[in-house]
Amino acid sequence: MSDVYIIGVDMIQFGRFPERNVANIGAEAALLALDDAGLSIQDMQALYCGNLGQANAMVGQRILQEIGQTGVPVVNCANACATGATAFREAWMSIKADVNDLVLAVGVEQMGKGLLGGGGGGKGIPKEGLLGSATMPAVFAEAGMEHARKYGTTFEQFAKVSVKNHHHSTMNPKAMYQIETPLDTVMNAEMISYPNTKLMCSVNVDGSAAAVLASEKKTKELGLMDRAVRVRASVLTSDPWQERDLVMPDVNTCTRNAAKQAYEMAGVGPEDIDLVELHDCFATAEILHYENLGLCKDGEAGRMIDEGATALGGKVPVNCSGGLLSKGHPLGATGIANIFEVSTHLRGNAGARQVDGAKIGLTHVIGLGSACAIHILEKAA
Amino acid sequence: MAKETKTGKPLPAVPFLKLPEDGEPYLEGHKCKACGAVYLGERSVCAKCSARDQIEPTRLSDKGKLYAYSIVHRSFPGIEVPYVSAIVDLDGGGTVKGNLINVAADPAEIPFDMPVEVVYKDALGRKDKDGNSYVSYFFQPAG
Ligand SMILES: [Zn+2]
Repeated sequence: MSDVYIIGVDMIQFGRFPERNVANIGAEAALLALDDAGLSIQDMQALYCGNLGQANAMVGQRILQEIGQTGVPVVNCANACATGATAFREAWMSIKADVNDLVLAVGVEQMGKGLLGGGGGGKGIPKEGLLGSATMPAVFAEAGMEHARKYGTTFEQFAKVSVKNHHHSTMNPKAMYQIETPLDTVMNAEMISYPNTKLMCSVNVDGSAAAVLASEKKTKELGLMDRAVRVRASVLTSDPWQERDLVMPDVNTCTRNAAKQAYEMAGVGPEDIDLVELHDCFATAEILHYENLGLCKDGEAGRMIDEGATALGGKVPVNCSGGLLSKGHPLGATGIANIFEVSTHLRGNAGARQVDGAKIGLTHVIGLGSACAIHILEKAA
Repeated sequence: MAKETKTGKPLPAVPFLKLPEDGEPYLEGHKCKACGAVYLGERSVCAKCSARDQIEPTRLSDKGKLYAYSIVHRSFPGIEVPYVSAIVDLDGGGTVKGNLINVAADPAEIPFDMPVEVVYKDALGRKDKDGNSYVSYFFQPAG
């Protein structure tokens, strides 16, 4: 089986574009990624499109209507917040399977403002605020409090995640926000669901990201190996049964399972990873994933954030892009945007936020329901 | 299906809350005889062990311990805040989520593993479109 390489990758600056439609937003990233590879949509053998909010609306085909209706196969996929990474992985698999050797993956989302989850529906009376809360800030607050009960993790430690990621975003022109948020600002922001304040919740934005993937043979043929990023591992898991499943989505086990498989597939360990983009949908979540991804031992995540080990310049910088907390979280685009960020560091093009000498990076997303995707990427040449 | 309540009797807020004619309300679980997994709501196949037709109803305990929680300060319009969204492990099996009442909305006042009891009351005055009232369950510190 051929290794698979990313030979073009890009994203648009995340923001709010109510005057545009989802296909148009996706098309912009598609063209950027094609330009990055120096290729045309005419060269692509298939399109894998990730979008959640309009999953029944043939978004991939509509992207081709914007940039070139070449008649190639189009797969539209939805997988909660792992949607973009799943589309990328389908593209990867098609090359692994020797079906294609040059394909495009796009992730795109057009979001509204406001709280996600807990919308209700169903019969009888609304349950939100009657049977606890099903809003995402509350669900991830409860996941954080599970960590607090085990290890004594504090509100301040969770808040430090947000300080760090907002700081990183000041160096990322493609982030939604580039604003420093000191610890007291984060902790004194409006409390949404304790321990998550408003500045500890990811930003709902519109956005898109895209990648061109190629087989080893094709990458060499095109003379693009010097800029290529090798996909060392691509893993997707769902959530195995857990006793509290019915009331408490488990974001930990499927991440641990995916991480284990990904390290095995890549033949590397957590100690070999130079940078990580992980799913900080809420500040509480980032702390959990330090341990889930093996970046530290169980119970050490609080210390890790206290010591700055995951800040730029630390042992293993996490979310140099600003993360979902400040770069923004357009659900279907996030998985590929994370891949763009890590690829940019591996190519040495990350500017002020560059992780020096980055050779291997890891991306992680998790969608409730649940789906977890992990990719391990390495500089090719 | 919204049942007619010609008698004006309130309905349960969720199907796993049982309101017997001649007894106290209780929460009903469904337990897999093969592996012991407990579910809220009827089902025929076990998600844990995949056994078929091994699930039977079981009465859940009215006592348990607080596993995790969040204090919700922002919710949807019309929903009174703050309130405590709590995840409770019931004694003898079953984990249930609900509002924790009669506590201060202050993390210092809400210790993990706090013993709690299940109480049954009107569902915060919420009615369905046909005007039916509902009974719901709540957690409170065990007295
Ligand atoms: Zn079973």
